[in-house]
Amino acid sequence: MKSMRIVIAKPGLDGHDRGAKVITRILRDAGHEVIYTGIRKTPDEINRIVMDEDADALGLSSLSGAHQVLIPKICQKLKDSDMNDIVVFAGGIIPEKDHDNLFNSGVRAIFGPGTYSHVITDFLSEVENRKNKSLPVGVGEGKGWRWI
Amino acid sequence: MALDLIKGSLLHSTLNGDRRSLGKLISKIESGYRPDIPPTNTWTLGVTGPPGVGKSTLIGTLTSEWLKKGEKVAILAVDPSSPKSGGALLGDRMRMKGIDSSESVYVRSIATRNHPGGLAHSLAPMVDLLSAAGWTRIIIETVGSGQSQIRIIAFTDRILLVEGPDMGDIIQAEKAGILELADIVAINKSDIPSSHATFNSIKYSLDMNKNSNTDVHLVSAVTGEGISSLIYSIEACQHTDVNNILRTKERLLSAWDSRLLSHPSLNDILIELDDGMMTFEQAVDLICKLGH
Repeated sequence: MKSMRIVIAKPGLDGHDRGAKVITRILRDAGHEVIYTGIRKTPDEINRIVMDEDADALGLSSLSGAHQVLIPKICQKLKDSDMNDIVVFAGGIIPEKDHDNLFNSGVRAIFGPGTYSHVITDFLSEVENRKNKSLPVGVGEGKGWRWI
Repeated sequence: MALDLIKGSLLHSTLNGDRRSLGKLISKIESGYRPDIPPTNTWTLGVTGPPGVGKSTLIGTLTSEWLKKGEKVAILAVDPSSPKSGGALLGDRMRMKGIDSSESVYVRSIATRNHPGGLAHSLAPMVDLLSAAGWTRIIIETVGSGQSQIRIIAFTDRILLVEGPDMGDIIQAEKAGILELADIVAINKSDIPSSHATFNSIKYSLDMNKNSNTDVHLVSAVTGEGISSLIYSIEACQHTDVNNILRTKERLLSAWDSRLLSHPSLNDILIELDDGMMTFEQAVDLICKLGH
């Protein structure tokens, strides 16, 4: 599998980062270069980190209940900064009924509690497959495909 | 140069202040591309020291001071890649306070990709690029418990060694020969009492060498104690001829490593060595003879 640069970020007032750290570790062990931002980052900060680090993907972890506001905001900022090709995925406590809103913002996968690590790496392999075929995977690319 | 500076090219937009282009161009340099960068006067600081002494936190504190003075600070934070998976966990930026909220700070995390010699080769053009793009303070951070890490930053104008209150680290630094290569030593965590003993012992050790003019500082990245005199020392730093020769040697070794590791026959030679078909002396002779 091709190695990606992936930013794992914790947006907003949310200090629960055990999950984000576990994901960071899983992705590293799968051969990716993972940049962990630390907690309490604003959408602007996350946008700049993705840009400065020239990341291929962004994983957003939210357990505070603010995902409906923060995640679409971050997706919009990425699009406004001409970073349509960034692959965005989310994780944490995100109720089923909120998923469609996030998918419509450009999020490609949502991983809840109990997700097996191979599911996340399978998702990234599929992302790579789609990229190779020039199919849309980025936050601002054509809608429709999502990981289920 | 003409070709690289064409309007709309990555280099052109980077030099015009586009951060997205800067990020992309650094990635290209990382994978071997060498743009024709217009020369500028670069200002670089290499920061090294054992894990956990507070290098990133201290860099965060220094950065805030430089920002107050109107400088634009770029930080290249180097962390090792896992030898097993090839992946890397790059977490330096989370320790640097306040860096994400200013337009005048650029932080880039870099994995060694198990190629330390080669990394030194790509860091130099990254520094040239950052300088040409208007970054006035360029800091390179690397975890250092041995000479291969110091080799990475041997090309910087000044080297800051950061140590913590744990005495064992100082002996390690002396053993590894890092102490002689540093221009400035900062003992961090001055809020922990045992750091004073470390400060005294390292000062004593350096004073035994009459030729040494290494500055030693006792600082706290958290409380800010000693930071202004450390900054003064960094700004005033002029390294000595002795240090220059030592560093030139490290740079030569790094160029040598890079040549060796990128040699087209490396794999064949490794297999022959492993099978006992060739001695190490013969391998070196062969690599020298084959050239590049």
